[in-house]
Amino acid sequence: MSEHQSVWRKYIFSLDHKMIGKQYLFLGIFFLLFGGFQALLIRWQLAYPEQPVPWWLLGFLFKGSGGIIDPDMYNQLFTMHGTIMIFWAITPILIGAFGNYVIPLQIGARDMAFPTLNMLSFWTMFLASIVLLASYFLPDGTAAGGWTSYPPLSLEEGGIPGHGQTYWTLALTLAGTSTMMGAINYVITVIRMRAPGMTYFKMPLSVWGLWLTSILNAIFVPVIAAGLIMLLLDRLLGTQFFLAGRLAAGGGGDPLLYQHVFWIFGHPEVYILILPVWGIVSELLSVFSRKPAFGYKVTAICMCTIVVLSSIVWGHHMYTTGMSPLLGKSFMFLTLLISIPSSIFFFNWLLTLWKGSLHFKTPMLYTMAVIWVFAIGGLTGLYNATVTADIYLHDTMFVVGHFHYTMAASVLFGGYAAISYWYPKMFGRMMNPLMNRIHFWGTFISLNLVFFNMMVLGYAGHHRRIYNPAEYDFIKPLMGLNEFITYAAIVLGAFQFIYLFNFTWSMFKGPIAEKNPWKSNTLEWTVDYPVPHGNFAEIPQVYNGPNEYSNPKVKGQDWVPQSVQIESAG
Amino acid sequence: MNQTLAAGKSFGTATTGKLAMWLFLVMDALTFITILIGGIALRNAAPSWPQADVILNVPLTAFNTFLLICTSFTMVMALNGVQRNDQKSLVKYLGLTILGGVVFLGIQVYEYYHFIAGNESLGAALSASGFSGDKFLPSTGMYGAVFYTTTSFHGLHVLSGVIYLFVIFLQAKNGIYGSDNFDRVEIAGLFWHFVDLIWILVFTIIYLL
Ligand code: HEM
Ligand SMILES: [Cu+2]
Repeated sequence: MSEHQSVWRKYIFSLDHKMIGKQYLFLGIFFLLFGGFQALLIRWQLAYPEQPVPWWLLGFLFKGSGGIIDPDMYNQLFTMHGTIMIFWAITPILIGAFGNYVIPLQIGARDMAFPTLNMLSFWTMFLASIVLLASYFLPDGTAAGGWTSYPPLSLEEGGIPGHGQTYWTLALTLAGTSTMMGAINYVITVIRMRAPGMTYFKMPLSVWGLWLTSILNAIFVPVIAAGLIMLLLDRLLGTQFFLAGRLAAGGGGDPLLYQHVFWIFGHPEVYILILPVWGIVSELLSVFSRKPAFGYKVTAICMCTIVVLSSIVWGHHMYTTGMSPLLGKSFMFLTLLISIPSSIFFFNWLLTLWKGSLHFKTPMLYTMAVIWVFAIGGLTGLYNATVTADIYLHDTMFVVGHFHYTMAASVLFGGYAAISYWYPKMFGRMMNPLMNRIHFWGTFISLNLVFFNMMVLGYAGHHRRIYNPAEYDFIKPLMGLNEFITYAAIVLGAFQFIYLFNFTWSMFKGPIAEKNPWKSNTLEWTVDYPVPHGNFAEIPQVYNGPNEYSNPKVKGQDWVPQSVQIESAG
Repeated sequence: MNQTLAAGKSFGTATTGKLAMWLFLVMDALTFITILIGGIALRNAAPSWPQADVILNVPLTAFNTFLLICTSFTMVMALNGVQRNDQKSLVKYLGLTILGGVVFLGIQVYEYYHFIAGNESLGAALSASGFSGDKFLPSTGMYGAVFYTTTSFHGLHVLSGVIYLFVIFLQAKNGIYGSDNFDRVEIAGLFWHFVDLIWILVFTIIYLL
């Protein structure tokens, strides 16, 4: 490897998985802020319907309507908030950034199997981002049919006017292409590039999670790609795949077909988002409890089981579409089945903590937060999975609270855990622990206030995706709670700037990190910062599993790198 | 970057590139299957569906199908050539494969052109199937939607395959492949056979059933 790479090669069109990972991280953080800002605007409207947005929420953006968020704008806001958070914030941060950064280092590889494909994947995502952002400048604004973009809302005829939806579909197709490129790379890299001795059951659980996520991506993104192509053709070439009824001249299609295709992908998608977090949590719990992950193999196998089950439960999103009761019950049964493997590894987490010597370093705090929020998210999922309960709860704020606990809160805390944990290897410096602690407590408390109360609202019948809740007599008594949630959300937003500040400031001013600040066993901690392109001077030979913490055979220290034979260590 | 060989010998001796191509083909197949099953579901739900040979030119497309199957054969011959280090036969059969692909695309474009320009006999066929106008377009009922989506998505694959093989062809002409180095030819062949296989499905579903 030549030391004198041009700036372009090194920072822009880099082939190094570590640099590409950082590029994804910055892209994801940008969109996380952008999507979060939109969430606050949604919250403003729900608490103070049709009152001018204050200056500190950038009210001047809505000058045209006297500072008020009008109904069209409101629809655009929740649509783009959901789309951006899922596909442009969480996906790039967890899969793009940590998939890239962590997989090759932890399995002892020099790089991804296909570095050029890796680079192309990032730049395709970048292009997708430009298309998505461009839609904000269209005269009729962005897409507004929800992140699910159900027809007929998302169609030209009978749908929402303007080209925003076309841009949305195009941007998502591009993002999907990028994801598929990444998926091929990650799946093959894990299969083929593991260092000698790194068997599947010696892989760190983070790698397990990221790998299974990529397998799901490889299987299900192609399915939604087909749906998006058909949607695009409906919009551009006048086909009528998803248009039915009066508007459809000559035959007509079936909007339910779209819903099926969407959720065949969409349900695995939520596992795509959470699996990396499960893996990272399982691993960090072991690191910071200084003992092996309880039931390591069982956890890995449970995650595999969930991957399989997750592909046959999509119907639970469609109970209210008039499906036959038998089909509904089957989907309910299969969905409830998932709680078995989920509970097993959840108890494995708790048993990893049991009698461990817990080190409450900041990554550990975020990790423990995941246990809490995922427990709430997971348990409330059972209500949604039950047909009878869901018919009432469907399309209420209860669902919104539930999926924010699983998808937003768990994944967000998982992301914060991952960033804080790998920061020293990525940037060579430590983050400030005090700032992280303040951020942690502020986020943990306000986040629970926001999302738990959303479930309370929903339980009382508050619908989601409604413009002005105060128009409904039965919601009027809940408006106080709506205001409270909005204030909690604003506090939540404000605390994120502490993390952002810490993240940026520590990059330049943080104390220089040691090689292995957390005393971890995995291979990325055996190389010095800055890790060169190519990672390892010599490909390591792997002897031990990833979490041989406090092994009595190792004398003098409670950890042993995977590449050191236990007999000779210590 | 040369990686010393990994711990896992999963999936035997296949090269990493070949493994990736297999995975890609599985993914691509899933997109196709979604489109095909979607089409079949919509067709079953439709009150009526035209007989295949009323609007479409089945004999012409049958010839096209035959042609594509031939190119699978020439692709096998090309691989066989390079494995025997027979450069001439590699280049010749790659060339024939590309030629077959180009003719296939030409016929498809001709067919599309004929439909989109429209004429009286087409108009008669359309009205016999319950459609108005004398042009057969993607907006001509669900029938047009399914026909154009499926065949054009496949056509794009043929186009990509032709470009892909052309790159391999140029490299082969420069003599970079031989009996000790033919992995990329084989991988390109996998893609081409896949496109061929999918066409047989498309042809059966759209033109025969
Ligand atoms: C900063 C904290 C967040 C707040 C306060 C917040 C708030 C909201 C609100 C008020 C809605 C609209 C509910 C409705 O009327 O239907 C919503 C929708 C949504 N949010 Fe969030 N959100 C936050 C973070 C996230 C994150 C991190 C994700 C990432 C997975 C996410 C994903 C979604 C999705 C998918 C929707 C549904 C959009 C739709 O209806 O199409 N949110 N959020
Ligand atoms: Cu689901």
